[in-house]
Amino acid sequence: MTSMTRRGWMTVAVMALLAILPPVFYLTGNPFYLDLATRLSILGIAAVSLNLILGYGGLVSFGHAAFVGLGAYAVGIPAHHWLYGGMDFLATTSGLVQIPLAVAVCALFALVTGAVCLRTKGVYFIMITMAFAQMIYYLIVSIEEYGGDDGLVIDTRSELPFVNLDNPLQLFGFSYVALLVAMGLVRMITRSRFGMVLKGAKGNEERMVTLGFNVYAYRLTAYVISGAMCGFAGALLGNFTTFISPEMMDWSRSGELMFMVILGGAATTLGPILGSIAFIVVEEILSSFTIYWHLPFGLMLMAVVLYARGGLVGLLRGRGEDAE
Amino acid sequence: MSAVLEISGLNKSFGGIKATDDLNLSVETGELHAVIGPNGAGKTTLISQLTGMQKPDSGRIRFKGRDITGMAPYARAHLGIARSFQITSLILEMSVLDNIALALQAREGHSFRFIRPAHSLTHLRSEALALLDRVGLADKAEQPTVALSHGEHRHMEIAIALGAQAELMLLDEPMAGLGIEESAQMVELLRDIKGKHSILLIEHDMDAVFALADRISVLVYGHIIATGTPDEIRGNEAVQHAYLGEE
Repeated sequence: MTSMTRRGWMTVAVMALLAILPPVFYLTGNPFYLDLATRLSILGIAAVSLNLILGYGGLVSFGHAAFVGLGAYAVGIPAHHWLYGGMDFLATTSGLVQIPLAVAVCALFALVTGAVCLRTKGVYFIMITMAFAQMIYYLIVSIEEYGGDDGLVIDTRSELPFVNLDNPLQLFGFSYVALLVAMGLVRMITRSRFGMVLKGAKGNEERMVTLGFNVYAYRLTAYVISGAMCGFAGALLGNFTTFISPEMMDWSRSGELMFMVILGGAATTLGPILGSIAFIVVEEILSSFTIYWHLPFGLMLMAVVLYARGGLVGLLRGRGEDAE
Repeated sequence: MSAVLEISGLNKSFGGIKATDDLNLSVETGELHAVIGPNGAGKTTLISQLTGMQKPDSGRIRFKGRDITGMAPYARAHLGIARSFQITSLILEMSVLDNIALALQAREGHSFRFIRPAHSLTHLRSEALALLDRVGLADKAEQPTVALSHGEHRHMEIAIALGAQAELMLLDEPMAGLGIEESAQMVELLRDIKGKHSILLIEHDMDAVFALADRISVLVYGHIIATGTPDEIRGNEAVQHAYLGEE
């Protein structure tokens, strides 16, 4: 390992601040900021997972919110049955069942839909990922048992050993550590031989196929990893909000995740985190002034895309550092 | 000698245009077989069918006696067919070394390996560096590919084809866009490779083709009108009429 780049230090600094500041605010009587940081960490995991396929893989998935929603319902539905009966085999409040269930359901959904979506390219890929997400959205809306349109209140959070998710500090700590793990995993994967193939296929698919790589299989694997990771974020989000609704997987939610990745800087470790921070901060500040806060947010995104190639991370880049 | 590549009765049409018309061709083991032909003769379409990027309408392609007509492109690479591209086809955002290392990585079977950083695999790095040295690019190894010149990209293409250690190399116009001096370097490089691999060379540069080829096939409107040694082709009337005469 050579000495750390400026970007490496930035990543450490940002993550350290994110670890220290929110608990300090909480303990000094500002619990609101802790909640904000918890939401940020969870959305961060979702953005990191999307970055794996969008940033490194060049696959613009416009349906990632479906994984968030499925993950959340994988927590909510067992909790619902545990409280109100029915479907005994599913009824549980154990996080050791709910969270793996969320990950497994999302991995399976990614495998099935990815197998179809990855047959297409470019705009068609964007549209078909969105179409699958909307299918899940309308499926959930149609199930009266789980609240349909109105959503579902989760009256009880996932029970885990050692961690009490009802405690805001512990919920934040758990989400934050999960975010670090997600960042580390994606970083490891993208630097591995698998990651080289994924990045190579983004750069030149025909070359990679001609070299002998079954690009489709590699992309599908990345898609499944991404979906599973995003499902984990969904399980946390369900625990955080204790209220889940189909709105979580609306296509505009998928768009927001894309914003975070692109705004922050695709195909970088820190980018999705910066994007999530920017999103949360802007959303909080602007939405207190106007309900039309999406407009300035959109303008900001346009400015970054036009003038700061490589996203917010690009602005921090030292001379001579590449995009790794 | 036996044929490493046999193409028989190959046809491919795009709309009403026959890009490949009852094409028969064989590449003997170890030979450098050049395919020449005017623009639009269907040379690149032929290569695309050999690599599997396009499916022929009819006909058979055999590699070492095995029918590969319907085989997936990536699987053909594993059998031992490498290709260089006419339009430089590299991963521009990666370093020069990474481009070559990926070709070597492809040779190792699957790459569902998630843990070790690719850059820490010294056997791939050093072999890639050796290949770059062979094509005269060792000093550019760490540069981003996009920063290299067109001529250097052409040399990278050859290094990648070499890295595949393929029995059959399909070289699609390696001289395309090169200056006189660069072309001469490329001819030297190909002469060096010749004999170690079977090569199907598609090329516009007549001097290069006649200097390098063991046999030449002339492709006109998707059909091979003549095959023979450089001397035979030079003396062939149909070829002169169809092709050489125009120059």
